Parts: sequence; structure tokens; C-alpha cells
Amino acid sequence: MRAQLKLVETSTPESIVAEDPAAVASGAAAKRSLLRFLTCGSVDDGKSTLLGRLLYETGAVFDDQLQVLERDSVRFGTTGDDMDYALLVDGLSAEREQGITIDVAYRYFSTAKRAFIAADTPGHEQYTRNMATGASTADVAIILVDARKGVLPQTRRHSYIVSMLGVRRVIVAVNKIDLVDYDESVFHRIEQEYRKLAGALEFLECHFVPVSARFGDNVVAVSDKTPWYGRAPLLALLENIEAAPQSDDAFRFPVQWVNRPHLDFRGFSGTIASGSIGVGDRIIALPRGRSSRVVRILGPSGDLDVATSGQSITLTLADEIDISRGDVIVAASAPTAPQRHVVARLLAMNEAQLAPGRNYVVRIGANLASARLVALHHQVDVHDYSEQPAAALPMNGIGLATLRFETDVVATSYRACQTLGALLLIDPHSNETVGLGVVEDDVGKAVVPTQMWTTRLATGLADFGVLPADAGQSELAWLAASALVTTLIVLALSGSLAVSVMVGLADFVVRPVLRVLFRSTWAAASRRRAAVRETELTTDGGGI
Amino acid sequence: MGRLTHLQALEAESIFVLREVAATCEKPVLLYSIGKDSAVLLHLAMKAFAPGKPPFPLLHVDTGWKFREMIAFRDLTAKRLGLDLIVHVNEEGVKAGVNPITSGSAVHTDVMKTQGLKQALDKYGFDAAFGGARRDEETSRAKERIFSLRTPDHRWDPKAQRPEPWRTFNTRKRKGESFRVFPLSNWTEADVWDYIALENIPVVPLYFAKRRPVVERNGALIMRDDDRLPLLPGETPQMRMVRFRTLGCFPLTGAVESTAATLPEIIAEMRASRSSERQGRVIDHDGSSSMELKKQEGYF
Repeated sequence: MRAQLKLVETSTPESIVAEDPAAVASGAAAKRSLLRFLTCGSVDDGKSTLLGRLLYETGAVFDDQLQVLERDSVRFGTTGDDMDYALLVDGLSAEREQGITIDVAYRYFSTAKRAFIAADTPGHEQYTRNMATGASTADVAIILVDARKGVLPQTRRHSYIVSMLGVRRVIVAVNKIDLVDYDESVFHRIEQEYRKLAGALEFLECHFVPVSARFGDNVVAVSDKTPWYGRAPLLALLENIEAAPQSDDAFRFPVQWVNRPHLDFRGFSGTIASGSIGVGDRIIALPRGRSSRVVRILGPSGDLDVATSGQSITLTLADEIDISRGDVIVAASAPTAPQRHVVARLLAMNEAQLAPGRNYVVRIGANLASARLVALHHQVDVHDYSEQPAAALPMNGIGLATLRFETDVVATSYRACQTLGALLLIDPHSNETVGLGVVEDDVGKAVVPTQMWTTRLATGLADFGVLPADAGQSELAWLAASALVTTLIVLALSGSLAVSVMVGLADFVVRPVLRVLFRSTWAAASRRRAAVRETELTTDGGGI
Repeated sequence: MGRLTHLQALEAESIFVLREVAATCEKPVLLYSIGKDSAVLLHLAMKAFAPGKPPFPLLHVDTGWKFREMIAFRDLTAKRLGLDLIVHVNEEGVKAGVNPITSGSAVHTDVMKTQGLKQALDKYGFDAAFGGARRDEETSRAKERIFSLRTPDHRWDPKAQRPEPWRTFNTRKRKGESFRVFPLSNWTEADVWDYIALENIPVVPLYFAKRRPVVERNGALIMRDDDRLPLLPGETPQMRMVRFRTLGCFPLTGAVESTAATLPEIIAEMRASRSSERQGRVIDHDGSSSMELKKQEGYF
């Protein structure tokens, strides 16, 4: 099989030799740690090819899959006579036909040291939301840069999103190094350029490695074509990089499900979002603020004395206090104040743009709460990281906004706790996920910023249905302008200032009221029409 | 996930998903297909709701052509765990005489599995169905969500999938829509076997090597589980030392020659193997995108 694959054979470092069966049998494999990473970068940087290469080299691709790959490479491949490793990961037929990655794909491989979950994400700007999805669960990002092209707008965009979603460790893979004749100066120029960009972001570690995904240089073994590199190949970096997720050590436990199999047992199930808890510890249940003490901790394999972040457990408490799904149990020593306002960095994920005045169902932790986007402070230009004023966030746009909840919610900053600082915006009518958000640090102090009185008026009027929900200052300005024109016309016709001003004011007030009346009448009429249609459909089977 | 081992991290994630469905859906069901993945899924469900029982029944869509040992194991497992088991057979398909031998694997799978599954979900009104599918099985599965929304007629639209960041699931759906939920999405075949060994989970004996009566057809070793499998001229079943990597309808499931009769031996053999587990499945071999098509039509 291998002989047919025009591969540059690379020597296999010991770490990836398939596990010794005896070691497996003794359970050594069960002690591996887990690293989640994503590959991202510009279109055609070779992300899928790199991942396909890692899968192939670590033995995660089987011979029958290689046969399919060989067949598909001839049919869809973009690499001439060579195997197109990207086809190992681009699984949807639309992707194979177009030769691009649309959706995020998860792939799996392991070495003796670690098990890896890799998210292969799309490079095209219109699929940024899928790239963000891949970044949300990642411990590490591999950012690909084409050696011939250097740092591109997409490199900047992806680096920003990766940083925003809390990834603190990145590996910059300078790919296609074979196409620049393994030139050291190209590699160093890109490294310097990227370090400048990364200065504005929140990375703790940046590693740089020159690779050729197509030929395998520095992917699992050090290449003899880059003697100037002298550092670890990509796989060794992945095996050794720190995988600690960011969060502080305060105990936070979003209650996911109340376990009540019979009258004698009442437990609260969930996954610990941060910190740890022990039997006997005092806790507070938010948002109501009742306190109690932990009696039992049920882990997946029985009772535990202590449980820690990431474990799925069930707690029982000493007191009968009212706790339901969506509540958060925290250590009594570190309570968090529930709040009505949250400032979050949002990413719009749907064609319906995110706009001030709109209502959303917001999922935060296990809680589902209604909220209104009350202010959009700015949109971030992800190419130069500048902040621009904006009326709404278009799909894939990122900006800072304030959400006002209808009830008290428990949220923390994303930096303090990913689970309680991450939110989904859901359209209440279509149920589509229209955005994601990460809560900013000044949570709790979050206040609605001083707005123009006109914006407040427009939002207030929209609350009463007098203006459309997404009305802003422009709607008011339009009303004022049309009233002014009416005033001028009446003034010209009648010559009386008093009469024209009164007519103009009447116009200003009556027009929105008429709109409400007209819309409700129209809606009632169309509901009747729809009802008639539905009856017709049901009687003749509706074409089903 | 801090200092958890990778199997502990996967276990915690799966338990989280199982509980999420119990908390947000009205009438969930666990699709129990009797294989090793189902065994792990069921084991995790028992853990997720302990000390209680899982708040949902098991559903087996029986094609009538499963190995007899699978059926015996199924009934024993439901009894051992004290769970409700619903067995659904597509009676229309049976009446029409659909079978894997004369109808062909594609028709048989569509009628007896896909249509049978839809019938059962509609009949009982389940709004969420757990499946044991894993993303590492097949490339179109690699893009599947953990919470996969289906239209009222059970279709899957790969282009209109909801983004699924973090483990913060959008569990809202309209009336008639349902979720297929895959708690084992991030597990690999190796993880499943490591976990079975670690937790001592019972599995169907067909996974272990034994002398069994097989015939060789188109390069696949087919076990003659009963005499409904007609012998071709000149064919006689031979007793060979074989086992199965995946389980399905016996005329459509290829055995592998093996001497691995214990869990450690199976794990060692799997790690040394150079072919994927789905290689033995006749139904997957109609082109790389065929699974995507089957899934769009409502196959799990």
C-alpha cells in the first residue's frame, strides 16, 4: 500500500509507535491525557492536508480508508498524482466537490502519551462561525501560514477569534516550506511578523514550526531539509504542550438536572465548571442565595470525598432547599452576585444580524433566559483589531454588547470560568442559534452605558410595540423629518404657523400609532388567510 | 478538563450529554443496537442517573436478521438492568417479504432499519433518540453534531446544522422536530474497547473469537447463523476461528479470522490492525458519500 503512495518516507519517532499490546492490556492506554486542538488559517493553507497527514502518520487511517482515499484523490483531488490528504477530513459531498472545508470536522488520533481531538475548521470568511465553534473547545490552536504568502487577513482574523475564545497557546505552522526551498529567512520573517500581531492578543505561548504538510517535513519527525530549525517537530509540540484550561479555582457547579428517583433521595447533577468541592463543604445556591452543606458526592464510579473541575457528579445537601435546573451552586466562601446586565463580546452566526432592541433567548450555563440586546458598543475590525461604531452585527461580525436579562442570571467572566462565561444567543421564534458570546471581565459592574436620549426613546417606544423592535435613532429621525415636511407643506398652503406646527406634531404622534393599528389588522387578516390555507392542506393530505 | 485522563474526560462529557437530554426533552429513548457502542452508551446512562434508573426506555429496531446471540444478549441485558425494552419490527416490510438476501442490502437497510426506526419514533412520539454513533466511524459522521436536529419527517440537512460551540447546547425545537443525540461522538473504537475493559462491561460473545460456521462470499466471511442463508452451489459452511468487529444483520456482516478470545487480545489485535471496523459492513460500500445520503433520509 505504502509503496503506491508517492510519500516521502519519514522516520517514525518512538513516541508514535503503536502502543505495545502488553502495555495496553495493563491499562497504560487508559492513563493518557486528552488534548483538544484546532487547525485554522487561510483558504488553501493546507489545514486539512496537515490534519490528514497527522492522522496518516500516527496510524489513525486504515488501509481500506486509504483505498477509498486513493480512489477519491483521482476523482476530486487537488494534488495531481499524489494522495490528497484533505479528502480524509472533508467528508461532506459539497466539500469534496468544491475542494474546500465548510463545516468543522472532528478527527481523532493518539500516541502513547496523549489522545488528541482535532477540529479541522474552514478558512473561508463566510464560515467563520464554524471556525469559532472549533475554537470554543480547543486547548491549543495550530495556525497555518502559507510560507509563500506570509501573514494574511485571515491569519489575523483567526488569531483574534482563537484568543477571544480563550485559547492561550498557539502553534504557528509555516506550511508549504518546500515551495520556498526550505528558506530560513522566509520562516524568520513570518515568525517576526506574527509575533507583532500576537502582541495585541492574549496568548501565553507561541511556537513556530516550518512544515510541509504534503511531504511530511517536521510534522512527526524533524526534517533534514531544515537543519536551521533545530527545535521539536509539530507532533512532539502537541504531545508536550500544557493543556490546562483557563479558569480560576473558585467552585462553580451549574445544576443540570435534579435527580429524584424516590422520596429518600434528592441530588443535584451537573459537571463542575471550575474549582473543587469536598464532603462537608458549605455552599450557596444562586440566584436565590440559600446556603447548605455537601453531604454526598456521587461520581461516575461511586461516592467521592472530593471532586474537581470537569467531573460529572451528583451532590446531595444537608438541607431541603429549593434548587432547580439553571441554578448554580458555589462555594460559600466565594459567592457571585446574580445580575441583570451582562457585557459580552458577541459573534453573529446567522444571516439575521444581531441588533440593539432585539430579544433573544440566551443559554448561559444550564440556564435559559430571555434577554434584550440593549446596546452595541462597537464592532471589532478583525483585520486591524480596531473598534468601529456599528448599528448591528452582520453574520460573522464580532462586537461588544450589553444584554439585559428579564430575570437575575448567574454569570462570570469567561476568563474566570468558561462554562459560566459562555453564552448562546437563540432566536426565540426560529430557535436558530444566531450568535455566541463571551462575558467580559467587568461583569457585575456592567451597566447600560449612557445612551443618546433618542436611542433610549426609540428602545422604549419599541417596548410598547409603537416602533419596530429593531428601531433605532434612524426611525425617530425619519418620523421627525416627515413631520417637518408635513409642517412646511401646511405652512406653505395655509400661511398659518400655529396650524402648521399643530398638524406637524399630530403627524409625528399619529403616524406610529396608525402603524401599530395597521400592522395588527393586517396580521389578523393574514392569520385568517393562513388558517384557511392550512385547512385546505389538511383535508387533501397536504401533499404528503 | 484539568487532570482527568482522556477516558475520564470522555466519560464525563457523555454523562453530561445524557443528562442534558433528560432535562430538556419530553420523551427521550435510547436506540439500543446491542453492539459494543450501545453497551458503553447504556453503561454510561446507568451511571448518569444513579442511584435512579435512566428516565427513558430502550428501543431496538429489529430487522429479523440479527444474530441469535444478539437477541439473547439484548433480552438478558434489559432484564439484568431492569429497564423497559421496546422491540419494533417494520411489519409492512416483513409482509412485503423484504430480506437482505433477495432484496439486497440497500433495500433491506432502508426498509427494515431506516423506515422501521421512523415508524417507531412516530408511533411512540419520542422527541429525542440517543444513538451510539461515533465521529471516527465515517467522514460524514465527523461533521455531525452531538445534538442533531431532525425535521418532522426525520430528515437531516448537513448544510443547515446549528453551530455547536462548547458544551452549551441549543436544545430548543419546534413541535414535531426531534433530536438525534450522540453522547459517544468523541469516542474512538479504541476508546470504546479500553473502556469496556476498564469497566468490565458485558458485550455480545460474538466479539470474541470462536469456531463458527462461515462461508466465504466476495471476500467476506459470512456466518450461517440459521438456514435462511441459502448455500450457493458447491458451498459448504466451514468451521473457522472467527470474530466480529461490528455487529449487524448476519448475512451482511463479515467476520474476521482471529484467535482473540479475551478483551486484552481484542484490544491488541485492534491496535495492530490495518483495516477499519466498518470494512466488514456491506452496506457502507456504495461510495464515500452514501452514508451522508442515508443519514439525510433518516438513517441513524
